Amino acid sequence: MRDGLHSYLRQRHRVRLWELLPWLLAIGAFFVFPDYMAFGTQVLITVMFALSLDLILGYAGVITLGHAAYFGIGAYTAGMVSAHLHWTEPLSALAAAALCAGGIGAISGLILMRYHGLTLLMLTLATAIMLHELANVYEDVTGGFDGLLGIKFEPLLGLFPYDLWGHTHYWYALGVLLLMFVIARCIVYSPFGQSLVGIRENVQRMHAIGAPVYQRLVIIYAISAAMAGAAGGLFAQSNAFVTLEVLSFYRSGTILIMLILGGVGRLYGAFVGALIYMLLEDQLAKLSPEFWEFGVGLVLVLTVLFARDGLLGLVSRTGRVHS
Amino acid sequence: MTIPALDISGLNKNFGALQVARDIDFRLEKGARHALIGPNGAGKTTLVNLITGALQPTSGAIRLDGVDITRMGQAERSQRGLARTFQINQLFSGLTVLENIGLAIAERTGISRSLFRPLGRRQDLIDEALQRLRDLRLQDVALKRINELAYGQQRLVEIAIALGQQPKVLVLDEPSAGVPTSESQLILDRINGLSDTISVLMIEHDMDMVFRFAERITVLVDGGILVQGTPREIAADERVRAVYLGEAHD
Repeated sequence: MRDGLHSYLRQRHRVRLWELLPWLLAIGAFFVFPDYMAFGTQVLITVMFALSLDLILGYAGVITLGHAAYFGIGAYTAGMVSAHLHWTEPLSALAAAALCAGGIGAISGLILMRYHGLTLLMLTLATAIMLHELANVYEDVTGGFDGLLGIKFEPLLGLFPYDLWGHTHYWYALGVLLLMFVIARCIVYSPFGQSLVGIRENVQRMHAIGAPVYQRLVIIYAISAAMAGAAGGLFAQSNAFVTLEVLSFYRSGTILIMLILGGVGRLYGAFVGALIYMLLEDQLAKLSPEFWEFGVGLVLVLTVLFARDGLLGLVSRTGRVHS
Repeated sequence: MTIPALDISGLNKNFGALQVARDIDFRLEKGARHALIGPNGAGKTTLVNLITGALQPTSGAIRLDGVDITRMGQAERSQRGLARTFQINQLFSGLTVLENIGLAIAERTGISRSLFRPLGRRQDLIDEALQRLRDLRLQDVALKRINELAYGQQRLVEIAIALGQQPKVLVLDEPSAGVPTSESQLILDRINGLSDTISVLMIEHDMDMVFRFAERITVLVDGGILVQGTPREIAADERVRAVYLGEAHD
């Protein structure tokens, strides 16, 4: 009995073979679709953003409609250090973006994590709108509605210059995503991560067993914000342009949709959701520039009706039935 | 005189003009098997919430093993060895039985602060969780999810989580609520099998269960203590018959 339990628990966090699949696909995509790397980079960045949301929504059960706030802070940080301070080393600028978003995430988390449910939903929404308005008002710093221009970066590690096809950016984004994923995976399988699941499953009992619930939520909220900030920083670096759109409600909403589409609380749901959503958007927009959103909406309705746990949930459920 | 496990003195709780706890003086001796009974609305669950810190009293003091815990929050009381179960299951229903208990042990030992080293590599935690499961004969369902268990077993998990906190004082809020009579005997057997290093306070409606469990009984009526005594004294008490037993046997 004891051995059975131990092996069950050891296997839980062990890397499974299929987990290599998304990474192999990402590497393969580079060789199969070398002309689509600019798009591929945007997908990787969006996966990272969705992954950051999964940490709080999927694991801790914190619902938010304002996660773009931290993506935007990261984007503006990376953009402004280059455009205003001429700080052009990309890795340190990216670290600054993550730290800045994480710091603001920690401070706002101290207030936000006191609330839950609809109150929290409204407060996260309000936080993001306030930031959006702030960026609009201080347009001499942020570039406002016209966008922040003059973002330049040195070659990555001093070795790899940026090319027109976005090849360097693709590998750069993939490397950062891998790092973020390893961190997220560690957290999720750690005792800390398990306690977040406890909070999601039954917060009252977590209080009763002596867990500092509020403190745990603030910590994971800050980590999630930092990860979203890193995604935003990469976004600014790869596009060399930042507009108010990075802070928009639209971005907060779509990232939530992508994660739900892929499956919450599964780490890889972020990969599936972001990829499928962005492919759909890309292909449908080509097919019908006016009505593409109808197609995206239809897929989402079908997912919610027939695959409540998202596409990955559907896959794992059929897998269980067959095994 | 030894220090009681739990010592409540002059406890009051008002919600506006409504007084839900009135001048409660109560001692739970070390190793005690004590039952708290009373008709519906007598304030039993309110008293549990005051003891565990879910509610703050208007006045009075609560001591745990001689230490004043009146102003402490739930988390700190729990860390000091006060555990409770709930009348309505409060479990982590999407998780396995093992994980349910593991969460409580991880909080008590402080490892749940750690962001690295997977939970599955904490041998001592798993061994302890398994020991608690054995205490309640739940080891065979360790890897089952809560929502796959029979209700009676879920009630035992409710107790197992509290045992994972290694409590000095264990407050059981109607442990057999919702369980058929045939199974409530089994739950009582498990409770009676607990170590006497744990002082147990049980709130219970089922009189049969109370009389087979308790060495002492406290009767709560309208937020105040009506009478305390041995089961024999309580069974013979006219006032108790009038307000409680009479009503229960309607």
